[in-house]
Amino acid sequence: MKILVAVKRVVDFNVKVRVKADQSGVDLANVKMSMNPFDEIAIEEAVRLKEAGIATEVVVISAGPTQCQETLRTALAIGADRAILAETDAELQPLAVAKILKAVCEKEQPQLLIMGKQAIDDDSNQTGQMAAALLGWPQATFASKLTVANGEATVIREVDGGLETIALTLPAVVTTDLRLNEPRYATLPNIMKAKKKPLDVQPVAAMGIDVAPRLKTLKVTEPPKRSGGIKVADVAALVAKLKNEAKVI
Amino acid sequence: MSTYIPPVRDMRFVLNELADFPSITALPGYEESTPDLVEAIMDEAGKFASEVLAPLNAQGDRQGCQCKDGVVTAADGFRDAYQLFVETGWNAMPCAVEYGGQGLPTALTAAVHETWKSANLAFMLCPMLTMGAIEALRHHASDEIKNTYLPKMVEGKWTGTMNLTEPQAGSDLSQIRAKAVPQADGTYRITGTKIFITWGEHDMAENIVHLVLARLPDAPAGVKGISLFVVPKFLVNNDGSLGARNDLICASIEHKMGIHGSPTAVMAYGEKGGATGYLVGEANKGLGYMFTMMNHARLNVGLEGVALAERAYQHALAYARERVQSVPAGDKSGVAKTLIHHADVRRMLMDMKSRTEAMRALLYWTAAQMDHAQRNPDPAMRQTAQATVDFMIPVVKGWCTESSIEIASTGIQIHGGVGFIEETGASQYMRDARITTIYEGTTGIQGNDLIGRKLAKEKSGPGATAKALRQQIKTCVEELSKDKQLYSIGKQLGVALADLETATEWMLENYDSNPQAAHAGAVPYLLLTGTVTGGWQMARAAQIAQRQINEGSADTFLQAKLETARYFAAHQLPKTMGYCTAITEGSDAVLSLDESLF
Repeated sequence: MKILVAVKRVVDFNVKVRVKADQSGVDLANVKMSMNPFDEIAIEEAVRLKEAGIATEVVVISAGPTQCQETLRTALAIGADRAILAETDAELQPLAVAKILKAVCEKEQPQLLIMGKQAIDDDSNQTGQMAAALLGWPQATFASKLTVANGEATVIREVDGGLETIALTLPAVVTTDLRLNEPRYATLPNIMKAKKKPLDVQPVAAMGIDVAPRLKTLKVTEPPKRSGGIKVADVAALVAKLKNEAKVI
Repeated sequence: MSTYIPPVRDMRFVLNELADFPSITALPGYEESTPDLVEAIMDEAGKFASEVLAPLNAQGDRQGCQCKDGVVTAADGFRDAYQLFVETGWNAMPCAVEYGGQGLPTALTAAVHETWKSANLAFMLCPMLTMGAIEALRHHASDEIKNTYLPKMVEGKWTGTMNLTEPQAGSDLSQIRAKAVPQADGTYRITGTKIFITWGEHDMAENIVHLVLARLPDAPAGVKGISLFVVPKFLVNNDGSLGARNDLICASIEHKMGIHGSPTAVMAYGEKGGATGYLVGEANKGLGYMFTMMNHARLNVGLEGVALAERAYQHALAYARERVQSVPAGDKSGVAKTLIHHADVRRMLMDMKSRTEAMRALLYWTAAQMDHAQRNPDPAMRQTAQATVDFMIPVVKGWCTESSIEIASTGIQIHGGVGFIEETGASQYMRDARITTIYEGTTGIQGNDLIGRKLAKEKSGPGATAKALRQQIKTCVEELSKDKQLYSIGKQLGVALADLETATEWMLENYDSNPQAAHAGAVPYLLLTGTVTGGWQMARAAQIAQRQINEGSADTFLQAKLETARYFAAHQLPKTMGYCTAITEGSDAVLSLDESLF
């Protein structure tokens, strides 16, 4: 069984991002970039399935600029077998990435497409769902446990009310939640071996896919500063304020 | 508490542009260290620094280590982190391939180790000591000893220590008294007390391999009668398994000003009749063996200075961006701004940033020379590189560590009152930095080494390497003087270079005729050399940044590098006048006060 894992290059989670002065986005100049942490969980899960003898090949894909190769090398160091970069300098929104994944899935024919439930930069939480819809595959989002056997995947999902268990026929799309696993640190010998693993660069322009953005960013601002709280005399005063001032009840 | 983020952009710039990493990749044996591998290693090592080591730093400082009945327990989390460090294979990075290492270049190792030392200096002292012990054994021990100990030490399963100091023998190792008595089976009985043994006892590894300096019964007095022995905590059976506990114990650990996470042990050997030791190399040559690793060891301590300066800077910068206090002078808005908007805070941040970057540049550049000295196929190039390394090591060690204390102190200053409060975390860097100018040879020892062996008594001719170095700086000054954009940096560097030349000539003239006067100026001369060579690296960085900008690069890092180099030239290089005057005209003032009047 082949698994395709999609990974995104994002601002490192340790970086305190700052909004650009012209409010067009966050400042990415000389900011440390890393693999989206949810995608790290996805690659870890795929590698575990391979180590357990369930998967035979783990292919990792990223879409974006040439620097995404670094992110792909990280995935190779964790244990993926080979990598594909769908290369473009254009802004990619979830639908565009989903289209790219669809094209690659049609060519690679994986039984599972795994990726993080969302990326920590734009928090869209859309790519997995859109890819499943475009492919016509079943999907299990927010996975906190994944079992694969007899052409079927059993997934425990984290939902608002608790946990939900669903079964999917393969091929399927799974998006990972935080509790699925704890990703390993790549070992130095594996980092060195990753260098020799195949990394195939395919220009998006040559794929015949329309990746033009459908959404326009009007402006990006810092979250409002938290203003100081007040003390209320009693419960009645609190309820009155919530009702009349905050208008939340 | 701020998080540590490895300054990968600057590290990459310094490695590639200033230390000419491509020339290292071209050396035999280093072919694998291609840019993509370097990138991957820096990324993963940086992740280990930020996610595993950095979060334990404050914990190690607050909790420290415990010693009870000879058993030393590291701070919470250290043991697991060390386990992970070994499992991920990081310990083996710079070690020889034949013993399971990855054999990566010193310059790359320096960059990676900087991130780990920034993240958690106390933790990293353990692998650093192991590395030193590995090098000593690799160069001088018999194959039998090497095969017994090196694979496990390279892997990190066993750690190493250096046992030099005794209560009466600190900087003066001729006073060593520990005894080694030969036995019929070829082993030696070791007895004596060693102090200041970094990670001398701990619970992170299954065995600890102590390298101990001791005297044989018939040894000549002084430094020529010291031998080096391997004394393992657990004896090793013929099949490689661990055997009986050796007769050595940690008597206590020290209460220190900093590096609390690292246990500093008092080691008692032979309280029950004698610890079993094995001679390394030949008898009475132990001190010489220790000196073969000195360049690497001193480079590593210099790197601690860089690492702590960087961490202190990041900590102060985060606070300066966040803390709102007062309306800046001349600001008509009447609105209070964050600290970074105030001119004096800016000055302090620029001071920290520019000095840290200059130190990093000088250190990586020196590390690159070490790679060339080791592997360059051209013997003449190897020789030149080695001479440069020998000259620069005391400078890198002394200047980077002395500067780090000042930089960490400035970091506290930026915080204002809360900087003085332990919970803020800014003070740990200063306390941790304080030892770096002392261990592995005090700044005074570095200064003496520099003006003596490396300058006035240089084997290939007094002052030869210093002169060759000045020639390189002069070329840079000449280039800058013709450069309209960088003219002012060139002017300052030229003045600083003239000061260095004046001071060097004075040193060469006075070293033999007036040794006390020369030695009174040893540390100022070291700091002068550090300032000029660091300023030279910053000037080179400015040249490269300016060229790339002129070629159309919009990378804001380059703009920042240019401004940082300008600051260094304007605020640090002028210090050379003070150093030079102190050396050439200040020795009388050091020495003339009668001892009774102190």
